[in-house]
Amino acid sequence: MEIIMTIVAGVLVATATYLMLSRSILRIIIGTALLSHGAHLLLLTMGGLKRGAAPLLGQEANAYSDPLPQALILTAIVIAFGVTSFLLVLAYRAYQELKTDDMDQLRGNENHE
Amino acid sequence: MSLIHLVILSPFLLAILVPFAHKYFKNIHTGWFVLGLPLVLFIYFLQFLSTTMNGETYTSTMKWIPSIGIDFVVYLDGLGLLFALLITGIGAMVVLYSIYYLSKEKEALNTFYVYLLMFMGAMLGVVLSDNLLVMYSFWELTSISSFLLISYWYHREKSRYGAQKSMLITVFGGLAMLAGIILLYLMTGTFSIRENIANVDLITSHELFIPALLLFLLGAFTKSAQFPFHIWLPDAMEAPTPVSAYLHSATMVKAGIYLVARMSPVFAGAPEWFWLVSGFGIATLFWGSFSAVKQTDLKAILAFSTVSQLGLIMSLLGVGSAAAYYDYIGENAYTIATLAAVFHLINHATFKGSLFMIVGIVDHETGTRDIRKLGGLMNLMPITFTLAIIGAFSMAGLPPFNGFLSKEMFFTGMLKASEISAWNMETLGMIFPVLAWIASVFTFIYSMILVFKTFTGKYQPEKLDKKPHEAPIGMLIPPIILASLVVIFGFFPMLLKGVIEPALYSILPSNVLSVEVKIYHWHGFNTELFMTIGVILVGILLYLTVAKWGKIYEWFPQRLTLNKLYDGGLVALDRGSSAFTKSHMTGFIRDYLVMIFGFMIVLLGILLFATDAFNVNLTNVAPAGIYEVILALVMVISAVTILFVKSRLAAIIALGAVGYSISLFFVLFRAPDLALTQLIVETVSVALFLLCFYHLPELSKKMDKLRFKVTNFIISLGVGLVVIFIGLSVNSSKLFESISSYFEAASYKEAGGKNMVNVILVDFRGFDTLFEIAVLTIAAFGIYAMIKLRLTDKKGGVNGESK
Repeated sequence: MEIIMTIVAGVLVATATYLMLSRSILRIIIGTALLSHGAHLLLLTMGGLKRGAAPLLGQEANAYSDPLPQALILTAIVIAFGVTSFLLVLAYRAYQELKTDDMDQLRGNENHE
Repeated sequence: MSLIHLVILSPFLLAILVPFAHKYFKNIHTGWFVLGLPLVLFIYFLQFLSTTMNGETYTSTMKWIPSIGIDFVVYLDGLGLLFALLITGIGAMVVLYSIYYLSKEKEALNTFYVYLLMFMGAMLGVVLSDNLLVMYSFWELTSISSFLLISYWYHREKSRYGAQKSMLITVFGGLAMLAGIILLYLMTGTFSIRENIANVDLITSHELFIPALLLFLLGAFTKSAQFPFHIWLPDAMEAPTPVSAYLHSATMVKAGIYLVARMSPVFAGAPEWFWLVSGFGIATLFWGSFSAVKQTDLKAILAFSTVSQLGLIMSLLGVGSAAAYYDYIGENAYTIATLAAVFHLINHATFKGSLFMIVGIVDHETGTRDIRKLGGLMNLMPITFTLAIIGAFSMAGLPPFNGFLSKEMFFTGMLKASEISAWNMETLGMIFPVLAWIASVFTFIYSMILVFKTFTGKYQPEKLDKKPHEAPIGMLIPPIILASLVVIFGFFPMLLKGVIEPALYSILPSNVLSVEVKIYHWHGFNTELFMTIGVILVGILLYLTVAKWGKIYEWFPQRLTLNKLYDGGLVALDRGSSAFTKSHMTGFIRDYLVMIFGFMIVLLGILLFATDAFNVNLTNVAPAGIYEVILALVMVISAVTILFVKSRLAAIIALGAVGYSISLFFVLFRAPDLALTQLIVETVSVALFLLCFYHLPELSKKMDKLRFKVTNFIISLGVGLVVIFIGLSVNSSKLFESISSYFEAASYKEAGGKNMVNVILVDFRGFDTLFEIAVLTIAAFGIYAMIKLRLTDKKGGVNGESK
């Protein structure tokens, strides 16, 4: 199972990389969102995917799935959400001010930083 | 802190007071406040003569950074005293001269004297410090104050150019010297010059000996304007003439000479030292005198002449270093070269100082320094003319002036050099006297040009801005003193015995037991005398025919000069680094990402396989269920769909599909809290994406096809593969058990909660959560600020309306 999940995470990272290399801001932000999905999946996979009960003590199970990676992922999801929404509003404002969403046109140069 | 420390630092202290004197005593020329100090210092240093004449030295220590062996140790021996006397004596005369040279009304005198005093203090520090790092500090301070003085008239472009050039070259050499100092420290463990000299056997046999030697020489050659680093000196002539007289003839350019002399006991005796010092010295001597003849500016002639004379002293020090090799006692013929070097050092300071002052007077009284405009000033400025004759004849090496004596000894030294029977000298030895003789002929020619083209010939008043007349007496006093010294030392050279002898003991290695200073005018009919007669005869002949053979200077290709090389080098450096920066700093974010990702692929990929870290171990793997496999397929398909869809709306929906399938994974892998959070976050994110999509520009709404670039594909494939490889390797080699059994055991017993994830978030690792809240808060405030704050429009005006 871990092998499949690792490959899925790798595919997510590869697509994210490809999107981040494109010209449109929106695609870059989609890329970052995909990248964070890949990272979360990888975190979960690295923690081990052995079958066990959900980490709730009331379940009286023999084995629980590892709670620590879940806590880490929960934190990461929230932070990624904060950053993504900030980026989105930034892109929206950049379009409002500069009338473009093309990264090549947003390029800084010596005359206009 | 003893009196001598105070003496060395006193110029700095006075430099602090000078601006106040300038401000509150406007009617008095600021120079008068300065003049007293070098005089007092000169008299103070004179009283050490009795100490050094008895072969004793004076040492005094002031703690500075004792923990790493850096103390301000003053070590006063013959060599240091000689230089200290030169610095203070000529310093006093230069200050007096500058009082009459610089106008009280037009010039910023406060800065001038502050810089000059800074320089004087720094120079005293260089020659009297025993600690190499302290000496280095003062050494750089001389570079800085020289830079400030050259650019004194900073509104002129040439002054700034000259200052920058001298700064770059001398600081380059200074840094090389610092590296040499550090190498010496590595060898002996001390920064003290005396202790290094005591450990000379250790240094000579060490493998770092040659690098240290080269680095020290680089410092000395750049400071003393040796070939090919001499190019800064002619451009430094943009400084006011008192500065040229003081720094660029008598003191600072001799700091390199001082360094070579001071380090001779350490390095002399090595063939490399001998060859480099005497070889570069003789090359500089020849090139400087050869180039001086073609100059038309008086100060440029003197600059090249200084270069050439410094080369002469340097070559003599090189030949003198043979004394350390031929260590038989008694008739050590090579010490005479060192003696000649020290003697000429004094002579050069006297006649070159006076010549610079004379040129300054001519410039001051006529308004030009161009020899093509000057001529026939003999009757108008008789005193100046007399002084110029004395200085120039001494420089040319004519009797009865002191230059004659040092030139004779120079020839003796060079003839001795041709007899050295080691270090491959047998074949190349004859070069030394031959080059020395030719250079002396050129020296004779430019000395004659200097005097006779300026003071004799046709008087051309129409070319001059001012009506020339004799200089004020205050301006004439310093060159008169110097010129009388030229004559006095010429007739009574033995007066200097008390100064020269202790200096020789400082330079020569300890195995030279006794040196007897014998300088006489008449030393019989010997080779040297005939060489001098030859110099005079050939010199007169060439001087009279200079108009005919002077054309050879035009043959020399202008493109190949060292100045062109320096300027071209600077431009090439500038352009090269600019082109290099532009080549990778394109401003396109994609290029930077390509570099970052490429670097990540290369570094991680190479490390992974180079360290044999990649392995796949399947024993620990959980079995794959059918649900997970289907979900994984869905996820991969929707992720890849994003790449190929033509509309952005579809891309956003596909992204949503990825997010929701992740929450399904969380369900399958028993993570209910994660599933809940992911569902909500994904919903809000997709809504936000859609909101942005709605506001996106018209032109982007007609979706252009994704630009399928092969490089993008290869890089993203590489990144994905690296992630997969690393993930597999990490998964296959678990080194420790997880600490989660602790959370299982303790979350109810110690924290009173059954939901382990929540207990970890708010109890065991509550700090994470605190700052995660902070992140969200900052993001919220940031978004609010971005939307609300519209401070400026493009023209910088206020654009206050908010939506």
